[in-house]
Amino acid sequence: MAATQEEIVEGLAEIVNEIAGIPVEDVQLDKSFTDDLDVDSLSMVEVVVAAEERFDVKIPDEDVKNLKTVGDATGYILKHQA
Amino acid sequence: MSPTNRTVVVTGIGATTPLGGDAASFWEALVAGKSGVRLLEQDWAAELPVRIAAQIAVEPGEIIPRPQARKLDRSAQFALIAAKEAWKDAGFTARAGEDASADPDRVGAVIASGIGGVTTLLDQYDVLKEKGVRRVSPHTVPMLMPNSPAANVGIELGARAGVHTPVSACASGAEAIGYAIEMIRTGRADIVVAGGTEAAIHPLPIVAFGNMMAMSKNNDDPEGASRPYDSGRDGFVLGEGAGVIVLESEEHAKARGARIYAEAVGQGISADAHHITQPEPSGNGIAHALQNLLDSTDLKPAEIVHVNAHATSTPQGDVAEIKALRKVFGDDVDHMAISATKSMTGHLLGGAGGIETVASILALVNRTAPPTINLDDLDPEVNADVVRGEARQLPEGRIAALNDSFGFGGHNVVLAFRTI
Repeated sequence: MAATQEEIVEGLAEIVNEIAGIPVEDVQLDKSFTDDLDVDSLSMVEVVVAAEERFDVKIPDEDVKNLKTVGDATGYILKHQA
Repeated sequence: MSPTNRTVVVTGIGATTPLGGDAASFWEALVAGKSGVRLLEQDWAAELPVRIAAQIAVEPGEIIPRPQARKLDRSAQFALIAAKEAWKDAGFTARAGEDASADPDRVGAVIASGIGGVTTLLDQYDVLKEKGVRRVSPHTVPMLMPNSPAANVGIELGARAGVHTPVSACASGAEAIGYAIEMIRTGRADIVVAGGTEAAIHPLPIVAFGNMMAMSKNNDDPEGASRPYDSGRDGFVLGEGAGVIVLESEEHAKARGARIYAEAVGQGISADAHHITQPEPSGNGIAHALQNLLDSTDLKPAEIVHVNAHATSTPQGDVAEIKALRKVFGDDVDHMAISATKSMTGHLLGGAGGIETVASILALVNRTAPPTINLDDLDPEVNADVVRGEARQLPEGRIAALNDSFGFGGHNVVLAFRTI
């Protein structure tokens, strides 16, 4: 069953917390991974791989650069999840 | 004094070792003659011919926050812990620049490792085979590169005068400290954080060293396995950890009112050009390094009252070092209290020169030579005064200590420290 927007944000928050140590409540739709959440380009690869597994979605490398904010990633996953 | 021949002093020390998680607990256990060697309880060790090692006393995961730790190889984690302890011990309250008494452009970092991020390399290869391409960590390369501990320490402390990683197997840590002394002496930096780290307790290095017949297989008596100078020694015991010191020009240290532990008198370096793993058996290569130390500094053999020997507990190496000391210092060796602290810590490879420099400095400060444990039957070829069983008091007055480190490849590094 496909995840809801709320479930995706919650999942991304847990992933970002695990990788960057940011409190889950700080991971909001308008937050930038790089500027707000201490996720550098290498850690972003980890976030993407973890999100792919969790939400059963493929995020090709060329699409990763468009995922600037939590909202971008959430929208992408909503649209592409299996 | 000319800027290219400045006096260098030690103003901070830090260590994380099999005997203790900081310099103070490390020293306390050393003086008490405690062994850090234990039977390996990990599942992977069960079937190995060598099942003993000296593992770190305080796991770095208890100190470094997880998001930072997962991007650092274990060797870099050790280095960071020891470097931050040394930096704080030197009286700095924040990274260079934020603490105005350290100008980042005048701060260097020289941290060495003999093997580098070997556990990261091997673990990530396991991930590749078992879980596939996508799961290999994007942090793998910056974790496994041998300069990673130095680079991470440099970033953490704000060292912009230069960050370096000399690699010379088991002499690496000492070579790093020697390099740092030169950086200050020649005017490239005023403060340099320097030392060695190693984290190689993993089945592959253990099996590989074991197959070289270099390691003790005394699994039945872990605490008695590392026995330098004893007739029954059968190889070294692998240890892990890091030792880091803060070196500073005397002028800079005095200007900011820093506590000075000792003078870093200088170094002697040579190479055997003999064999890739065997020491030159007559000790000539090591003697050349000792002679270079005397020729390049004002150190007098009469001042040297303590030697923290390389002495790894291998049959050939322990004797070659003693022969070299005799060759260069003659009868002066008789007043040198010789300690083989690897009897307690195991052999930290590239980390050895780091923790043993910390031990040498604390030996001068406390005027105490740590004991050599497990020395029941002194090898008759060891014609020197080894501190056996219990720690020994060192004399009053101006005294100096040597720290010897030698590495596969025939690298010989001798460091000298002296009371102020």
